[in-house]
Amino acid sequence: MDWLSMEQWSPYICGAGIGILSWFTFLLSGKALGASTSYARTAGMIERIFRGNKVMEREFFKEVAPKIDWQWMLVLGIFIGAFISSSLSGTARIHWVPEPWFSVFGGAILPRMLIAFVGGTLLALGARWAGGCTSGHGISGTMQLAVASWVAAICFFVGGIVVATILYAVPAL
Amino acid sequence: MYETLRANTKAQMGLGLLFGIIFGFFLQKAGVTTYKVIINQLLLTDFTVLKVMMSAVAVGTVGVHFMHGRGMINLDIDPGSFGSIVVGGLIFGAGFALLGYCPGTVAGAVGQGAMDALLGGVLGMLFGSWIYAVAYPRIAPFRARGPFKHLRLQDLFHLSTWAVIVPLIMLIVALFIGLEWLGL
Repeated sequence: MDWLSMEQWSPYICGAGIGILSWFTFLLSGKALGASTSYARTAGMIERIFRGNKVMEREFFKEVAPKIDWQWMLVLGIFIGAFISSSLSGTARIHWVPEPWFSVFGGAILPRMLIAFVGGTLLALGARWAGGCTSGHGISGTMQLAVASWVAAICFFVGGIVVATILYAVPAL
Repeated sequence: MYETLRANTKAQMGLGLLFGIIFGFFLQKAGVTTYKVIINQLLLTDFTVLKVMMSAVAVGTVGVHFMHGRGMINLDIDPGSFGSIVVGGLIFGAGFALLGYCPGTVAGAVGQGAMDALLGGVLGMLFGSWIYAVAYPRIAPFRARGPFKHLRLQDLFHLSTWAVIVPLIMLIVALFIGLEWLGL
């Protein structure tokens, strides 16, 4: 069982595995792989703690109910699956500032957390705005040959490449 | 028989969790739950993310359209518009670069111990989702602007489903050969 403890598998094998997995999500659950809506549902569940059922006055939560559903369990599963995989290879460990951020911007925790928070905010805002993320549009929509999803995937990477290139060019200035 | 299973809410909760564990396992083994792999994709020095996504699309599309052609599954396609897809997609891209994870891989990154994914990424995503929910009545009309004329690539190119899939897979394989040849 050495392959289970390998740190990395071929991206082609993993991608093909995800492709086959998507056959089963369509067949057995009638659903496509996706992730971003679960964060919106969770945001609604948190608002409900503070405001009770007034949260349902928001038009958005009438359409996207603040509750645990299939996709929410899928995202929980991603967390567990990655924990199992990284534990088997011995790479699971608490770490605060990842490479190559550490080499370029230094090891201070606060700047990394702030940029990650801003990034997460834009990521979720953009995902809801575009109606999906790198899973929902980037993998599931594109494999269904949806024009909108191919355009979305291209925009994800265009925006990402431009901002990442500017961000990593800043320290050199 | 699939209809009964799909309507069984309790079974679906379990299936969602099981599918997620497999998804997360593959994402972690592929390396895409790691900040370095994603940021290097956006800096165009490591093409692992693209390889994983395009392999999934090439394999996924064959099974999905085989089953759809036999009436076994329903597709779920977003018609999209310029105001939603292009604007939202570019905002998403900016967030993708600053965070260095996406909504699925950020959960996997937390699973392997990345605290920037948890305290920066997940909290930021909850905040961003909430901002969207609050601003939704104002954003919704803008999102509807410039609806796309074509729903599927078949409609865009005036081709049958398999006449799109076969060249698409050939293009993806050519992309992979090119990337390996360039050593990326």
